[in-house]
Amino acid sequence: MPPAIEFRNLSFKTAQGRLLLDDFSLALEEGTVTAIIGRSGSGKTTLLRTVNRMVEPTDGQVLINGRDAQQADLIALRRGMGYVIQETGLFPHFTVERNVALVLEAEGRPRAERLGRSHDLLATVGLEPATFAMRHPHQLSGGQRQRVGLARALAADPPILLMDEPFGALDPLTRAEMQDMLRDLLARLKKTVLLVTHDLDEALYLGGRIVLLSDGRLVASMKPEEFMQSAQPEIVGYIGAFHRGERSAGGGRQVAGDGRA
Amino acid sequence: MSTRFFTQYGGQIATLSLEHLWLTGAAMLFATMIAVPAGIWLTRAPGWAKPVIGAANVLQTIPSLAMFGFLLPLPWLGDRAARIAIVALTAYALLPILRNTYAGIRGIDPAIVEVARALGLTGMQRLFKVELPLAASFILAGLRTATVTCVGIATIAAAVGAGGLGELIFRGVASVDNRLVLAGALPAALLALVADAGLGLLERWFKVSA
Repeated sequence: MPPAIEFRNLSFKTAQGRLLLDDFSLALEEGTVTAIIGRSGSGKTTLLRTVNRMVEPTDGQVLINGRDAQQADLIALRRGMGYVIQETGLFPHFTVERNVALVLEAEGRPRAERLGRSHDLLATVGLEPATFAMRHPHQLSGGQRQRVGLARALAADPPILLMDEPFGALDPLTRAEMQDMLRDLLARLKKTVLLVTHDLDEALYLGGRIVLLSDGRLVASMKPEEFMQSAQPEIVGYIGAFHRGERSAGGGRQVAGDGRA
Repeated sequence: MSTRFFTQYGGQIATLSLEHLWLTGAAMLFATMIAVPAGIWLTRAPGWAKPVIGAANVLQTIPSLAMFGFLLPLPWLGDRAARIAIVALTAYALLPILRNTYAGIRGIDPAIVEVARALGLTGMQRLFKVELPLAASFILAGLRTATVTCVGIATIAAAVGAGGLGELIFRGVASVDNRLVLAGALPAALLALVADAGLGLLERWFKVSA
């Protein structure tokens, strides 16, 4: 069976000539959770966005189940992938239940099916439908919004889930709660997950594989325990920098390890 | 103003008010049909935004009396004064609607637009389910500005014989009869206020809490 996602010699250069991805190759097996870490500007988000073609690579290929993403129908490709971002991007004019089911609405599925699915998913992410379904996004807390964002990403039951710093804006307690919830959920759902994070602890907790990026290049791709025991200088350097950042940020995990080049 | 004045002019005030409303309403309809799609197109081709909005801006700066004068000798248009008035008013209404449509859609939180794309919404679905609803109150604000402006400018249309409340004003000025001037000006002001309040309500109703 071909890998669920495969990057082949992927490069991306901005219009200004900055190389954000540099000959990046990696294969992700179906049903695995891969955490992509690295400093700000290392190309993590760009890499994630090549998968659903929000970014078109300037060189190389992305293969989804062995088929070139470039050749795929763009709308169908995107509907087959859940997408969760830090800012949530919830639609402020829709109720929570409509937000969650928007992909199904776009596919023209009947209303009863949409609402049923929406309520099931809300329950799955820990939001009581009777309480939350009819609310609007501005009536939710940050953690609740992120849960809705996750439910929305799962609506069409996509085999692939792309998550870009999903909990980056949350306070440490809410963040830990969300990580627990996501871990349970992923263990049950068996999705192929690509998770971009600047939090090493989050990567180790959720990821079955850790991928370290630096200046758009693949530095390491290994299991969490291998990663922590590695003597590779870049890895040791990254872990050290992360922990220093964590201490100077007073334990605030959110700031740590990033934005301090 | 005495009751005699009203019995004499009441019917005329009503007819001219309706005429005024018709000129303005028709112009707003045309302007919306042109400026909203154009504004949407500009969000897809932002390179054109500056020249196109600039052109609408230039239209806006033409003095209204001159605009009516320019249109007068044109074939077909010049045949009927109402046509001239509607074309001129449409031209004045373009800018606020165009600018607000463009700015309203461009001003949507980029994260929302990004997710709408990433979820696999088609261009049309994005427009009708996300962008237009979120920009609606902005677009209506442009419509409101345009309407109020046009109700005022429409009084000048009487100068080319297009009718409307301006007719009473011009007649009043010519015969130095302030009552006639007021008989035209007050209903015109009232129309503007009502349009402003009505569209303002609609605008608030469409406003989305973030």
